[in-house]
Order: sequence, then C-alpha cells, then structure tokens
Amino acid sequence: MDEIQIPDDLRYSEDDEWARADADRVTVGISDFAQQQLGDIVFVELPEVGEVFSQGQVFGTVESVKAVSDLFAPISGEILEVNTSLADSPGTLNEDCYGKGWLVVFQLSEPAGLEALMDSKAYASNVAKRAE
Amino acid sequence: MSKSAQSPLDALHRQLGARMIDFAGFSMPLQYSSILREHAAVRDAAGLFDVSHMGQIALRGDGAAPAAGRLLSRPIEDLPVGRVRYALLCNDAGGVVDDITVYRRSDNDVMLCVNAANIAKDLAWIRGNVETAVEVCDESDQTALLALQGPSSPELLAGAGASELQQLRGFHFATLSLLGHEVLISRTGYTGADGFEIYCPRTVATDLFEGLLAQGAPLGVQPAGLGARDTLRLEAALPLYGHELDDTTSPLEAGLDRFVHPLERDFIGAEAIRRRQKRGHTRQLVGFCLEERGIARAGYPVVEAGERVGSVTSGAPSPTLGKSIGLAYVPPRIAEMGRRFEILVRGRAHAARVTPTPFVGGNERKR
Repeated sequence: MDEIQIPDDLRYSEDDEWARADADRVTVGISDFAQQQLGDIVFVELPEVGEVFSQGQVFGTVESVKAVSDLFAPISGEILEVNTSLADSPGTLNEDCYGKGWLVVFQLSEPAGLEALMDSKAYASNVAKRAE
Repeated sequence: MSKSAQSPLDALHRQLGARMIDFAGFSMPLQYSSILREHAAVRDAAGLFDVSHMGQIALRGDGAAPAAGRLLSRPIEDLPVGRVRYALLCNDAGGVVDDITVYRRSDNDVMLCVNAANIAKDLAWIRGNVETAVEVCDESDQTALLALQGPSSPELLAGAGASELQQLRGFHFATLSLLGHEVLISRTGYTGADGFEIYCPRTVATDLFEGLLAQGAPLGVQPAGLGARDTLRLEAALPLYGHELDDTTSPLEAGLDRFVHPLERDFIGAEAIRRRQKRGHTRQLVGFCLEERGIARAGYPVVEAGERVGSVTSGAPSPTLGKSIGLAYVPPRIAEMGRRFEILVRGRAHAARVTPTPFVGGNERKR
C-alpha cells in the first residue's frame, strides 16, 4: 500500500471523512486511507442540494469494484453544494481525494460538531491502529 | 479454519505490494495495483495470477477413468491423455458438489482441479463413491497453480523457451520444462481470454512467477489478483461455485446443459437431474445489464410488481463494457432474452435487461 496522506489543515471523522471549514461552509470528502482501502471507485451516489443531515447519518454511497461503502455525515447541516462531476468520473476520488474529489459542502449548523472531529495527528494514530 | 493457509508465493505477493484477503481459508492477493488496471492488462496484454488455493485430487489405478466418469457429468473414459474436460461433480439429488476441470494424465491417472472451498468436501464425496481399487490422492498441498491469461500469453511463453505452446490447442495440456522447471501446462483459464494454467511443485512457484513476470514486463504483463479474476470471469459469464452453483443447484438451471448429458449416460445425480428437468425448473440463470447507474451485487433481490422473484448471484461493473453486469436466478417466464425486470439496489428499484452471455468475447473455453 502507498503511504497514506493526511493533510494537517483538515479535520477527520472515524468514518474516514475529512472536513475543511471556510467560515460556515464545510467541504467534505473521503480520506486517502479510505480511498486506498476501497480500491478503484466506480460509482458515487450523493444527496441533493438542500437536503439536511445530522452527524452520523448516511448521506451517500461510494462503491468500488468489490465493495459498497456508506458515507456518514461528519457534521450536521444542510447540503449547499454537490460535486456532480463525480457521477461521470468517480475515479477522481482515487486520484485526488482531498482536491477535485471533494464530495459535498455542508452549511455548518453546530460548530461544536466540527470541533469534535479529530485533528490530523489523532487521525494518523487512528489509521495506524487499523492499518496494522 | 482459524488461520489462513498461505500460498507458496506469499512472501513474493507482499513484496509486490499485494493487498491480501482471505478466500476460502487461504490468504491470497486481492489486487496488486488496481483491479481495473489488472483487468485491462489481461484483456490487452496478459496477467499472471496465483491460484494455488485451487485443489488437485488424483484418481489412480486401472479403474480411475471409469470411476471418474461415474462421478462426473461428462464421460472421462474417452478423454484422451493430454486433454482437459470441464465437468460437474453432482450429488444424488442432482445438485452440484463442485465444478471442476479434469486432466487425463495417463491411462490410469486422472487429475481433478477443484475449487478451494470444496477440497475437503470433494475428497470425502469422491472417497465415498469410488471402489477401493481406485486410489484417491490429495495433491493440493504439494501443488502450486499459476494462471497466465491474456492475448500476449503465447508470445510470453515462446520468449521463455516454450514456443511449442503456441500450437497447444484449447483444453489440451503438455508437460514440459519451463524456465528450468518441470511443469504441466494447459491451455485453459477462467477469464474468457486466451491463456494457460501452469501446475508446478510448490517449491518452484516463486521462481516461475518471478521469471514469467520478468519475461513479460516488456509485453505489459502484470501480476493480477482475485479481484480482477472475478470481474474477468463475470464478463465471460463463467459460474463461480458458491454464487451460481451450490449443492442444491441443478446444472440445467445454471445453463450448463452442454456439460451435462443425463439422457445419454448414467452418473451420480443423473436420474435426479432428469427428474427435476421433467418436473420443470422454477428458476433459470440469466445474464443481465443494469439500465441505470449503480451496481447490482450478489444477494440483491430481483423483483416484479413489488414481489421478490429471484436473486442476483454475481454482479460487478464491467471494466471492458463500462456498465454494470451480473448473473441472476429468475423464474423461467422472465428469463427470455431482452426481457426487463427490476433489481432492488439497497432498497431502490433499478431496471435491468436480460442480456446474451458471455458479456465479453466468445465463449470457446469450456468444451
């Protein structure tokens, strides 16, 4: 397996999603560890703009050749934007999970939820435990 | 099985960066780089697979071939030395104990290559159903099996000094020296592509695998794992035991009529297969394509007017076709070509259409 990239400036959930806050807009994606574990991603199902999710709820699905994986909302809030380009090029999630492979943008409703996510150090040790 | 059995190639797989999975109690490579890339390598050049988890059971003695014929859905007495035949091992109820390839190694020696998950079950079944004069030997622990699959396979082997293999016909085998090692090599496979399967002692497997990879590198040959093997066999619509076949499946429901001749000859299960055919089958295996985005995976229900009427047995995105394909058991009334039905993909109905198989390429492998 390739080395796992964990950018310092993001927050991470135990379900291997990352979150990047820009004022009250929070961009969400899956981590490098998640995309490596899944392998070739061939299908992505995302919510519609305007849908509302609470933290931990399933807001979409990613599928690799071998496996289906639910996407769990890392924070609570309304969906402001959806990366519709992933429908036609789901492989972007493998190639650039922290950039062009972003999934959705949430409207931040409870800042505490964002604070509760792991920082890169905590996530790195979380991943290291599971990667053994 | 608590601990996975290891392939003789285990250390090499890890060195090559493979992601290992447990398959039928064996730790085997799922993928090295990417299932899609390995799949494409087999369709465009060639892939080299370790399938040492497969089992090998030999029947030896004067009555070996007739004994194998009584156990199997096709005659073995008339199988010439040097030939391979695909056949089904059936139980008394006409269900499938295993689907296997049979190698006639000599007049008195027949080798059955069996599915990993079924080795112990097959051995017990075979031992209980042949007369004691026939010796039944499990060679699985001494044997490694490599599969070289894809259009560049003959060229690779010619480059490795075995140019005579270019003339080897489908479902024939030869014993020869390959890269300095004595091997049995057949023109067979499980991918729908041209290719070979190479049986060798476990002790030389690593040397052969490395040698073939080095030889094949300029041709674009890559190591390939069980992930690609599964998408390749599904494109070829080849059944996988435990998915399309099990102890309760009639081979006729599975569409394997060509490999079963219950009217022409007797074998264990033939009478039950005839009886079930006469009574009429309640389900038929069909190939389908999804008509919308999504993947219909094994176990997903086939529905009609809200009722569950069947099940997907295998489903995956076809890397070659760029759409979602699969196999499913459905009632015969909705099994005709072009017929539409729905599959529940995690609660949501997706339209599917019965499609001719194989999905990719001509199916000339199994005869």
